[in-house]
Amino acid sequence: MSDACCAPGGDIMLLPCSGGSNVGQLSNQAAVELTREGFGKMFCLAGIGGRLPGFVQSARDVERMIVIDGCEIACGKAALEGAGVPLKSYLVVTDLDIGKNKDFNLNPQDVARVKDAVKDVLAVP
Amino acid sequence: MEIKVLGPGCAKCHKTEEIVRAAVQESGVEVHVIKVSDAMEIAKSGVFGTPAVIVDGQVKAVGKIPSKQDVLNWIGK
Repeated sequence: MSDACCAPGGDIMLLPCSGGSNVGQLSNQAAVELTREGFGKMFCLAGIGGRLPGFVQSARDVERMIVIDGCEIACGKAALEGAGVPLKSYLVVTDLDIGKNKDFNLNPQDVARVKDAVKDVLAVP
Repeated sequence: MEIKVLGPGCAKCHKTEEIVRAAVQESGVEVHVIKVSDAMEIAKSGVFGTPAVIVDGQVKAVGKIPSKQDVLNWIGK
């Protein structure tokens, strides 16, 4: 029996919009890499948007979470609002002066910037 | 009524099951309590973490140990 097999209270839910643009995919790639590095755990925004009860209740109950939207259209934020889930932390990739386009050859430096920004946002109490 | 307690077998999951069973006993309501430990079964519920509690198909708590009063409220007592 271990205390470590359950999600600890400090677990961070990462919710990227994963949208169909470079910035949407930057949000996704940043969440993938942060999860691999042990900084939080990527979760399915689509499940929340689809109002699936397990996903919605998980988002309501988690202590720390961040929605990473690619652009100011803010689909991720809207998905949470629609499901009645309070937004806890929020980041928009285009606010980092990364322009939106349809080039899916992601720049690793941009991915790193998004990851750093996620950490910065979550560092604020 | 059916209550599922989802968790792979850690201390928090056992504590949650214990609280659920105590609340059920106190309520006097006929409730079938099921402990779900299978990882695939847990994944199907879409929960972010465990322990999680599902009451008659409704996810009530995720990643935290509920209080006995929480469970009594879910049971309707």
